[in-house]
Amino acid sequence: MRSRAGEFLDRTFPTWSLAPAAIIFIVLSVYPILNLLHMSVSTFRTVDGVDRATFDPLANLRFFATDPVLKAAIVNTLIFVAVSVAIELLIGLALAIQVARLRRGKGLIRTLMILPILVPPVAIGSMWKLILNYDFGVLNQGLALVGLGPVNWLGDQTLALVSVIIVDVWHWVPFIFLILFAAVEGLPVDVMEAAKIDGATDRQVTWHVMLPLLKPAISVAFIFRAILAFKAFDEVFLLTGGGPGTSSELISLHLYKIFFVQNNVGYGAMLSITMILMVVAFLLVARQATASGAGDRP
Amino acid sequence: MTRATWLGSVFLVVSTVLIVGPFLWILMTSFKFQIDIYQGNWIFEPTLSNYEDVLFSRRSKFTSVLWNSMVVATVSTTIVLVVGTLAAYSLHRFRWSPWISRGLLAWMLFFHMIPVMTLVGPWYLIFREIGLYNSYTGLIVTHVTINLPMTVWLMMAFFREIPREIEEAAQMDGCRRIQAFLYVVLPLVVPGLIASGVLAFIFSWNEFAIALNLTSRATATVPVGVARFAQDYEIQHAQMAAASVVATIPAVLIMFFGQRFVVRGLTLGSVK
Repeated sequence: MRSRAGEFLDRTFPTWSLAPAAIIFIVLSVYPILNLLHMSVSTFRTVDGVDRATFDPLANLRFFATDPVLKAAIVNTLIFVAVSVAIELLIGLALAIQVARLRRGKGLIRTLMILPILVPPVAIGSMWKLILNYDFGVLNQGLALVGLGPVNWLGDQTLALVSVIIVDVWHWVPFIFLILFAAVEGLPVDVMEAAKIDGATDRQVTWHVMLPLLKPAISVAFIFRAILAFKAFDEVFLLTGGGPGTSSELISLHLYKIFFVQNNVGYGAMLSITMILMVVAFLLVARQATASGAGDRP
Repeated sequence: MTRATWLGSVFLVVSTVLIVGPFLWILMTSFKFQIDIYQGNWIFEPTLSNYEDVLFSRRSKFTSVLWNSMVVATVSTTIVLVVGTLAAYSLHRFRWSPWISRGLLAWMLFFHMIPVMTLVGPWYLIFREIGLYNSYTGLIVTHVTINLPMTVWLMMAFFREIPREIEEAAQMDGCRRIQAFLYVVLPLVVPGLIASGVLAFIFSWNEFAIALNLTSRATATVPVGVARFAQDYEIQHAQMAAASVVATIPAVLIMFFGQRFVVRGLTLGSVK
């Protein structure tokens, strides 16, 4: 390193250490998004084997307005995100508080809980496809034991989305648990002890001391999880593929079909931008909500 | 009080069983003959034939799929660790104009939040144009991109925990900047490197949406391979179970050997 080259490398260290990451990001994320903007106002025609783009924003807007599946996809996605995230937060929070109370076995439960998060979502989809199978799935076997008829989990118009939510809850409760468990373990013990000495019952301590203290962690978990849920694709792709009909179609699935199955690049780009804007809108609203929530506290 | 604790314990036991149960059931299913699966038998003669079929039959491409995932995950993890750690150190240590440092970090966070599916389309078109469609390189580059934000944010959190005096002392003693980074700072963030590496590997191994659209039969990865058993002409339930178990093995290994680091990474990464 004593050479002149070494000197040069050292002097320019700040620059070349950041450059690769910056270049990767400009080439693979900034450029594609600009590309999306361009595609969303274009119509593509193949002329002599080459795709040619012509400026024609109205064509894609027309698709947008008349797409019969889009409305179902948006409604399903909103239901899916709201219901599954709400259930996951409730169960995850209850679990975190319960496990924190344990004298032993905390480590074991935490270890088991990591597994669903690390397993390929596709494997989870295929596992649950077997579990929810109409003819021989273990869930229907269990129902038969208590005298309930077989339920067509994945093939029924109203149940398909419910099934997708069940699988999502199983998959992501552990994630909420991990975040909130870390938060519960980090709570100041003396505050809760003091409340107990002042005569508060366990339930009162949980509701009036712990929950307010956990609010920041809960809102972080909520925002992260809601954004993840909005992107859900892998499990649903395997479980139902959006069907039957459009009963469990989600936006990401619809986008995949438009872009890669129907090859409608222009409209696909417009849908992509709509999805990105929805995330931005959610983040702005969530930030506002959590900011005002923080202001409420004394 | 006692009734509440009793209910609490029941809740805990039920939740744990519900989390672990499906894994055990699929493991069991993967050792069943097709006929035992269709009859829903709980008592059955175990067989390895599904694994044989998935891994060694001539029809199945699962070994090549495993190899592809191994290559893509290993190479992309290595690249993302080098690029991401350097970038994190640079952003943490040197005075960048806030336009660059804050801008880049904010963009990374934003990129991390938007659905990958929205970018797979443009990537597909770009790669087809420059000849990277269907190649390891294309897949590796995208996996590096999606894992960079997490790596940079995580490594910055670890760099922040190192007192600056240590580096300054090394430089006083005549170390160059690079030497101070390589020999003094880097060894101190090894836990961070392990956590980021493990997570990047797992995410690359699990990634489906990109691989589904940017690969063909020759370059497909494990998730695409698993999906094939559930999709082609008819659903092959027994093979699907075996393939799911094989796909899960890296996660189980990681859990046994690296979970200390992973838990720290997951909580640090999501809270900060």
